Amino acid sequence: MTAYLVRRVGLMLLTLLGISIIIFVLLRLVPGNMVDILFDSAGMVDPAEKTRIAAELGLDKSIPEQYLVWISGLLHGDLGFSYVSEKSALREILPRIPVTARLALSAIAFAVLLGVPFGVISAVRQNSAIDYGLRVISLAGLSMPSFWLGLMVLMGFAALTGTLPVYTEAPKTTLDAVLLVAVPAMTVGFRSSALIMRLTRSAMLEVLRQDYVRTARAKGAGAGRVNFHHALRNALLPVITVIGLETAFLIGGLIVTETVFNIPGLARFLVESIRNRDYPIVQNLVMLTAFIVVMINFLVDLLYAALDPRVRLGA
Amino acid sequence: MAETYSRELHRAGADATSRLARFRLLLRRYPLGAAGAFILVVFVLAAIFADAITLLDPLKTNAPEKLLRPGGGHWFGSDVMGRDIYSRIIYGARISLAVSLGATAIGSLLGVAIGLASGYLGGNFDLFVQRIMDILQALPLLVLALVTSAALGPSLQNTIIAIAIPMIPASARVIRANTLSLREAAYIEAAQIQGMSEWRIALRHILPNTVAPLIVLATAQLGSAILTEASLSFLGLGVPEPAPSWGRMLSDSAAEYMRTAPWLVIFPGAAISLMVFGTNLLGDALRDILDPRQRG
Repeated sequence: MTAYLVRRVGLMLLTLLGISIIIFVLLRLVPGNMVDILFDSAGMVDPAEKTRIAAELGLDKSIPEQYLVWISGLLHGDLGFSYVSEKSALREILPRIPVTARLALSAIAFAVLLGVPFGVISAVRQNSAIDYGLRVISLAGLSMPSFWLGLMVLMGFAALTGTLPVYTEAPKTTLDAVLLVAVPAMTVGFRSSALIMRLTRSAMLEVLRQDYVRTARAKGAGAGRVNFHHALRNALLPVITVIGLETAFLIGGLIVTETVFNIPGLARFLVESIRNRDYPIVQNLVMLTAFIVVMINFLVDLLYAALDPRVRLGA
Repeated sequence: MAETYSRELHRAGADATSRLARFRLLLRRYPLGAAGAFILVVFVLAAIFADAITLLDPLKTNAPEKLLRPGGGHWFGSDVMGRDIYSRIIYGARISLAVSLGATAIGSLLGVAIGLASGYLGGNFDLFVQRIMDILQALPLLVLALVTSAALGPSLQNTIIAIAIPMIPASARVIRANTLSLREAAYIEAAQIQGMSEWRIALRHILPNTVAPLIVLATAQLGSAILTEASLSFLGLGVPEPAPSWGRMLSDSAAEYMRTAPWLVIFPGAAISLMVFGTNLLGDALRDILDPRQRG
């Protein structure tokens, strides 16, 4: 187990190092750097001024040098400065973390609470009208772009209540505060719930055919006990893996949903920073995303081994 | 008795020997897959014959006709610049199909080449390639596509490349896993004993046997590619104006005018959803036909 953990952590670090190099180089391929943009927008033409600003931002150094400055800063907790706001990148990123974390966790909770029970119902009632209905709805959920779903939800809200549940720092009532998180969370979690439903269904179908389930039925166990106590416990194992993998998709969904609902979280900040060529913010946010994805996959593997005695890590 | 037996045989498709009969059998057995294929064929035909089935230029602005409701002159209404939404959606199918088919084809081809080489050669090369795949898979598709698209600049070709790169690991992993298991098969050993070269074995014997899972994966990736192109364009980093990209149509003025002109939001989003829905239906059926182990 210790050997497995050491190897796994080593691989994680290697992956993160690789990502840091790829992202850093990719961002330097972008046509036109921050100095060009500053110059264009301010209408400045003095080349000496341009050189001075480039030197101030460290953009006159070679790419390997710039990379080393960034990585050594990262290891010391110094993420650099935003080119746009000129504030420390850490001060720009930290306040946005709770906003996105709240949205992401609510979305996952919604996805699991909706996806697992409907997956079980669909499997238990295989090939019934309710099964077909749920399968078509879940497939539709996988087919709709989250930003469109978000816009449609906003339109529905506007038509029904005359107000829009777009982000505000100080919601007037508790209901407003709940809606401001719940509506975008449901929008972004709908896709994940559809995937979880489909997987729970196929895992349940697989398990329901097993001998031990038949034995439980033969011994006279009720349908509820067989389905939830015997079958679902084992069917949930592959679903847990998918919930881990789904994090990456969820982050993609957050990017567009935060944009639609005007939520000042990390995901929308990433898009804005990419548009502004704000390298320090983009590279740090991409690293944070990669770190979260890699950590969640690691935790899911550990959880899988803890829940399934047949899985032995490091074997 | 004999009559019942032959009816049973007919239902099971045992007499479906001609191509047409087999096709009919597939339609009967997988009605949802057939519906998915039908949706996709309609979109492909609309994209090919866009000139014939639209009357108005999708790029031509017409200020006096801006924000018209859906009706006689403009079936799906007009946008803030007076452009016909119906024409833009029909021509938009070209962009959506070009990007999704292009990205899936490039991603799959590179994935096949990398997966085949990695699985067949093994050793340090395999280890190195797998670490690169880990790196590409540790970033969400949209994040990697966003950064790549920003790095390359907005254009149709660059959008295809930006979506193709994050797709490589999935097909590379499927092909590698298949290659590893096939490498141990008796017929491969027989080919080696006969003195067949390694590359010939990989291309002639291993590759054809990995086609089924690849088709299943590629259909699933087609749907993701359509959604990613729409998201990139929605965020302003995909196919640039004035091309009628469905995602871009939703970003420009749609959010601003959604209370007064909901047709700006409804039709482009419905087109994206319908096309992805078609690929998902077809993908599910293909998975059942080609890869019965994964049947849900």
